[in-house]
Amino acid sequence: MSDTVASKIRRILKDHGRLSKDVETLTDASDLYQAGMTSHASVNVMLALEGEFDVEFPDAMLKRSVFESIAAMATAIEELTKK
Amino acid sequence: MNAPAPIADLLVAQTPDWHAPPEIRVGIDLVQVSRIAESLEQFGERFMARLFTPGEIAYANREPTLAAERFAARFAAKEAAIKALRLSDVDEAIDWRHIEVLRTTSGACDLVLHPQVARRAGRCSLSVSLSHEGDFATAVVVAQFAPLSTTPTIDLKVTP
Repeated sequence: MSDTVASKIRRILKDHGRLSKDVETLTDASDLYQAGMTSHASVNVMLALEGEFDVEFPDAMLKRSVFESIAAMATAIEELTKK
Repeated sequence: MNAPAPIADLLVAQTPDWHAPPEIRVGIDLVQVSRIAESLEQFGERFMARLFTPGEIAYANREPTLAAERFAARFAAKEAAIKALRLSDVDEAIDWRHIEVLRTTSGACDLVLHPQVARRAGRCSLSVSLSHEGDFATAVVVAQFAPLSTTPTIDLKVTP
């Protein structure tokens, strides 16, 4: 996974994730829902990711597992930017 | 010491209760209106278009000063429905626009499932109630499911 993608995701989570923990204390695999991310916050994170990476999440990707961790989001971003 | 239960009673105890009333589930959600207002300010059309149907957007924006609380209540209703229907139990995509709040002419609200979600929900009827006060909006959804079966599944035989 590219560090740049993960670090951008961390910055977006800091701005939009409304986590109950400091993002820097989480690993790439940490469960973000367990860390306090609500559905509404996950929508904001998704929209911020779309703006940051100039991608659009297709409806089929709007599932919990795609946004549950930094690693999962990075995988999705990499998949979308390949297209 | 109590005598052991007759075999027939044991079988009845293990049999699904075919006289049980339909299953009822409830979902609730609470949304902070100012957070929705922030999302509307930051993401505008994209935020609205991802979550709400054209009808919901038209109704909410009809009164610009009430738009954030109307969107907040509707988002709460969609989340409450997802909980009542346990749609998150399976890791499948959920499109919030497929769960729609419709206002009746009297001002009451109904919840309508579009076919993609209705198929996953199964046979059920839904009721929704929305409320907002100050910076919070909330919704409760009650889902009533048809009973799975009306016939007993075990043939009872009394063993002498």
